[in-house]
Amino acid sequence: MPRLNNPRVTLAIIAVALVLPLVIQNFLTFQLTLVLVYAIAIIGLNLLTGFNGQFSLGHSAFYAIGAYVAAMLMDKADFPYAMTLPVAGIACFVFGFLFGLPALRLEGVYLALATFALAVATPQILKLSPLEHWTGGVQGIVVNKPEAPFGLPLTEDQWLYYFTLLITIVMTVLAHNLVASRTGRAMMAIRDNPIAARSMGINIALYKSLTFGVSALYTGVAGALGAIVVQFVAPDSFTFFLSISLLVGLVVGGVGWIPGAFFGGAFVLFVPNLAESFSKGLSGAVYGVMIIVLIYVLPTGAAGLTRAASRWWRAKA
Amino acid sequence: MELLLQQILAGIATGTIYACIALAIVMTYQTIGHLNFAQGEMAMFSTFLAWQLIQWGLPYWTAFALTVALSFAGGVLIERIVLRPIHNAPVLSHVAVFIGLLAILNSLAGFIWDFNVKPFPTPFGTAPLIANGFIDAHQAGMIAVTILLLAFLYGFFRFTRVGLAMRASANDPVSARLVGIRVGWMAALGWGMAAAIGAVAGMMIAPIVFLEPNMMLGVLLYGFAGAVLGGLGSPAGAVIGGLIVGVVENLAGTFIPVVGGELKFTIALAIIVAVLVMKPQGLFGRPVLHRV
Amino acid sequence: MTTLLGGNGAGKTTTLRALCGMIERRGEITFAGRSIARASTEDIVRMGVAHVPDGRGTFVRLTVEENLELGAITRRDRRAIAADLERVYGYFPILQKRRSQQAGTLSGGEQQMLAIGRALMLRPRLMLLDEPSFGLAPRVVQELFAILSTLNKDEGVSLLLVEQNATVALDLADHAYLVETGRIVFSGAARDIRQNEKIRRSYLGY
Repeated sequence: MPRLNNPRVTLAIIAVALVLPLVIQNFLTFQLTLVLVYAIAIIGLNLLTGFNGQFSLGHSAFYAIGAYVAAMLMDKADFPYAMTLPVAGIACFVFGFLFGLPALRLEGVYLALATFALAVATPQILKLSPLEHWTGGVQGIVVNKPEAPFGLPLTEDQWLYYFTLLITIVMTVLAHNLVASRTGRAMMAIRDNPIAARSMGINIALYKSLTFGVSALYTGVAGALGAIVVQFVAPDSFTFFLSISLLVGLVVGGVGWIPGAFFGGAFVLFVPNLAESFSKGLSGAVYGVMIIVLIYVLPTGAAGLTRAASRWWRAKA
Repeated sequence: MELLLQQILAGIATGTIYACIALAIVMTYQTIGHLNFAQGEMAMFSTFLAWQLIQWGLPYWTAFALTVALSFAGGVLIERIVLRPIHNAPVLSHVAVFIGLLAILNSLAGFIWDFNVKPFPTPFGTAPLIANGFIDAHQAGMIAVTILLLAFLYGFFRFTRVGLAMRASANDPVSARLVGIRVGWMAALGWGMAAAIGAVAGMMIAPIVFLEPNMMLGVLLYGFAGAVLGGLGSPAGAVIGGLIVGVVENLAGTFIPVVGGELKFTIALAIIVAVLVMKPQGLFGRPVLHRV
Repeated sequence: MTTLLGGNGAGKTTTLRALCGMIERRGEITFAGRSIARASTEDIVRMGVAHVPDGRGTFVRLTVEENLELGAITRRDRRAIAADLERVYGYFPILQKRRSQQAGTLSGGEQQMLAIGRALMLRPRLMLLDEPSFGLAPRVVQELFAILSTLNKDEGVSLLLVEQNATVALDLADHAYLVETGRIVFSGAARDIRQNEKIRRSYLGY
């Protein structure tokens, strides 16, 4: 897998990312923040599906849980927004780990169905009347947009962008280190050949469940961030279609390549809008065509493209 | 007691539709080894086609037959044109392409026929069939059509050469090549048949859920559940799975207090997941033995 | 009848697979005067080449009779197919006894017979056999090879036999090739190789 080995490239990208919100409109900053949020969620999905081979259609559930934990804490308990992230993360980790346990027995499509059940169940549970007091029922919860701290001369959108960017960088580095570590290799061994992995002494059950937990944690943190950025959570924002979008983002970015999540996040956020600008009535069709064409042309997603580009670059040098 | 019986029968009736979709899903899974997420949208599109033909004045059963034929052709074309290039691609690429197909079909249908709900005729009428209204004519009709469909499929796979070739192809494509079977075309045939079955399912359920581009989403989900419950290995399993899902859905909705109606689907799925955890290959699936 | 001999990994199975178009190949391959270097497996089969792969390639979930019928799936002459089915049962009566059983429940020797029977149903001009003696008891191997010999002499089916069991193969074959790491190191009449102790020692180990 291509690695952004060149630290100069990475620093250049981060420098650009830092400067961007100061030169673009607020709304675009808001959109870029969401791209980062989706990227974190997609990293989570990549850890589970790309690196560990467990197929999940249910990540919208973890995103939703993270979002609702954040929203409820801010709304009902006056939690400071930054503190909701670790709580959401831990809650999702526990939930993901617990879900991963029975899921251990399921393979491939059967696991897909179980996670799919999770995705479909979540909005329905969130809408349940007995729980309305906590969840806000169908109408959801509205949260306040945080202001820049210490009186910094930033708009709320800009501040949130930098806040999200910081979290994103931290989590990306952590994910990268995880994948490059022994644990990461164990995860991939389980994906590629579980029987051989077990015969080498890897505790498959433990690793698979842990991966589920970590994956859920990432997507949950993304959900919490998303709730803060969008200022609003409602059950119908977290349907099965969110799971599908995350999956599409994963494939577009390139399975098994962490930085691909950013391409994926951008695709998921911007392309539907792009499709709509092509043709209002047929926006869905245009979106579908774009996905299919992308799969034909770039079956390994942005990962493959970057790999080819870096090969070309190195050949020139 | 009476209510229970009625709900069970109603569940079986809707279950036949889920069974048909489950059947289509299993057929695709058997022939190309992937779950087709776009199966529901294909069925929906076919149903709209039928509606259009009826609007243009064709009698119901003529429109029905023509739609089935066109859907078959459409399925073959989709396999040959859209799926052939990604034949060897990993699972997730297939998933993405199916999602693309789903989006295209849904959007196209809305564009051509708009998103307003339309009524769809039933050739069976809606008169109650048995005295206390246990089951009405259309529900009975659905069951009858499903039985006919199953009989046809059974006969096709058991007694025809093409059916045998398809079974061989699905069982072991490499060996199938070695006896000269054109495996690619068998896959296309499988898709065509799945599309045709989906069309039948769509036309049967439309009178109940009314025709609109999003009508099949719920049905598709139930169909998936039924197919996986049955174990994805056999058409019979798919049908039984679909029927069970229909019954469970109905019973959960009717008999579980407060949340029954809101959580129908979740409960049905929860039960299925529970079954899967106990029997990971589905009710009728055979455990796949791997040589270590 | 020609045999292709060599040790493990010599490239014998690969050769058969290349002949049938199952793997990428470069170069020239001609069958009955026609070049098949770019033909697909299905087309090659329809030209009359039946391949009995290592592992037998039986359709384990289908019945014995269905397996045999599949051998003739590319043919159209129904009455001749029925006659051929009877003939195959004549060669392998045990298959007739088990005609409605699932092929996966047959023993190794029976599955091998089934594989050969299926190949016969094609009415092939050429049969490729990959290690037909593998995993079979010596007596079964003898029976099998006796039938192969009959097929070759009475029915005029050309056989290309890949074998690790050189003794049996050399007894039956007319011509032999010795393959080592992808190259032919010796070719000639089977009888000559059988009698040439030096070659036998260095390449075949006995």
